[in-house]
Amino acid sequence: MTLRSYVIVRVLLTIPMVMLLLTFVFLMIRVLPGDPARLHFSQRVDPKALVLFRHELGLDKPLLTQYFDYLFGLLRGDFGKSMVDFTPISRQIFSAFPATLELALASTIIMVVVGVLLGTIAAHSYNTAEDHSIRIFGIATYALPVFFLGEVLIIMFGIFLHWFPPGGRMYPGIMPTGLSIGEKHYATGLYVLDSLLEGDLQKLYLSVRYLTLPSLALGIVMSGIFVRLTRTNMLETLQLDFVTAAKARGLKERTVIYGYALRNAFLPVLTMMGLQFAGLLAGAVLTETTFSWPGLGRYLVDRIGFRDYTAIQGVVVFFGLIVAAVSLVVDILYAYLDPRIRF
Amino acid sequence: MSNDATRKGIFIPFLRPITSLARRGLAGSAILVGAMMVVALALMTMISPWISPHDPIGINVGPILSPPSTQFPLGTNHLGQDMLSRVYSGGAIMFQVAILSVIICLAVGVPIGLFASYVGGYTDRLASLVMDSIYAFPGLVLAIAIAAMLGPGVVNIALSIAVVYVPSYFRIIRSQVLTIKELPYVEAAHMMGAKRLSILFSYILPNVVPSIVTVATLNFADAILTAAGLTFVGLGLPVSTPDWGWDLTYGRQLLTSGAWWVIAFPGLMIVLLAMGFTLLGEGLSELFNPRLQK
Repeated sequence: MTLRSYVIVRVLLTIPMVMLLLTFVFLMIRVLPGDPARLHFSQRVDPKALVLFRHELGLDKPLLTQYFDYLFGLLRGDFGKSMVDFTPISRQIFSAFPATLELALASTIIMVVVGVLLGTIAAHSYNTAEDHSIRIFGIATYALPVFFLGEVLIIMFGIFLHWFPPGGRMYPGIMPTGLSIGEKHYATGLYVLDSLLEGDLQKLYLSVRYLTLPSLALGIVMSGIFVRLTRTNMLETLQLDFVTAAKARGLKERTVIYGYALRNAFLPVLTMMGLQFAGLLAGAVLTETTFSWPGLGRYLVDRIGFRDYTAIQGVVVFFGLIVAAVSLVVDILYAYLDPRIRF
Repeated sequence: MSNDATRKGIFIPFLRPITSLARRGLAGSAILVGAMMVVALALMTMISPWISPHDPIGINVGPILSPPSTQFPLGTNHLGQDMLSRVYSGGAIMFQVAILSVIICLAVGVPIGLFASYVGGYTDRLASLVMDSIYAFPGLVLAIAIAAMLGPGVVNIALSIAVVYVPSYFRIIRSQVLTIKELPYVEAAHMMGAKRLSILFSYILPNVVPSIVTVATLNFADAILTAAGLTFVGLGLPVSTPDWGWDLTYGRQLLTSGAWWVIAFPGLMIVLLAMGFTLLGEGLSELFNPRLQK
């Protein structure tokens, strides 16, 4: 199978999965509670107001019409209206997403670096106390709720040592403007990148300081699976002939492990990064809540407090679409790097 | 003589699984340590009404936000509640939610996995598509959405967790059944005229049980962490129930005052319980799958 046909097949396989998900979320919001409009109001409400409320949100239309409105809306990037103030949810989603993306990217770096490094050390020192300790670390991270680790980090480094801010994304009143060309500013919404584009080192320092604790918490919790994966792959790779040959040629142990073996054991890590992206987003919801990080997860949790079911639906759908897109890209990248999987 | 018989008849068989596990290296040790952690915490929760020094939900039993002392070994929270008593009894909700969600997962995931993969064809493809769609989705986000719709309550929380984890059961059972149904002994049973249902339950299911046990054990750990996560985002049970997740959530607001003990001990309990189940699951997985034993 050529790469092109693989991409086509993979895209075609993604479509029914996404459709199923969209349908599931649509029905969940409308069928599970019975009437989301009535549920939204905790107290009794004037029936006339309820009729107007339903009309404003389109909840009075037949279910099938609502379904197609919802699907065509999504195609236009319309995620529906908030139950609280009837504003478009997409605006909130798109403004909060860069914060989540920045947190996810920084956490990915930490989880891969910690995971691959510890996994390599464990494989190198196979069956020693060091190896066992690293394996226990892997299991412990699996059992560690990210918000608990976050709270511990806040107490230690935010409150007692004052090394990092205990929450928030940036010092109030300061926001990196991004790249400025003439009068216009082009900002990505990723504060670290925008500070760099602006060339403001003070803002860069501040944004990294705010980003450190949340991404450490999420990155460490997610690193366990990479420790295990790298360790297993390295153990297999270290037994292969080319490693023995490299050692026989008198290359240094360090060069053989980090230069030869690790490169080979890295491909499955890439696939795992794709698989873990969903977990990363789920972890981000809790991390953002812990650190008052103004991302999508925080927005979702805020909306729960307001019983804003249409907004909850919008965020859940957006998360689903992002995960589907990322796993598609990772699979295609993997097929490009390792042609064997296309056959 | 009779003493010997008693020893052989009662004590040795009782101890044999433990001693044989201890001899099975890291996997055996993981199972032993994990099981001990889970049993200890379950026992602690069960006998909590008798060992708690104070009423876990009684307010002002001590001074507000008192750090650990001889009178209150784990300190008190912002309502003056004794943290030791809350730690003793706070696991009940976790256990209830986890057990219920695992039962729902078993009741739904196992039959669907068995039937769809044994029958094959369109049934299998459709079931796989549905399960893969749920599996690919960020679990906690889905659980949050369902729990937000269903409202609070042990059953509702367990249900929202179960929806997220049913695909794990389906996938593992499917992969096993696809291999087992091609084995000669299953074909032989088929040739001898055994009915499909009896093949499924008498010949295939017993071989899938070890994998189901492993997934269920790991599912316990996931269910505990997800339940704590749901409480953390405000979808837990009412305040009147002592719960480690609740203490961890509301303790967050007290962090700026430096009251570390309010979150440290409930958090540690959640970690220990989830770790106990994880060790148990990992150990079982290595024991049943020696190829992975590295």
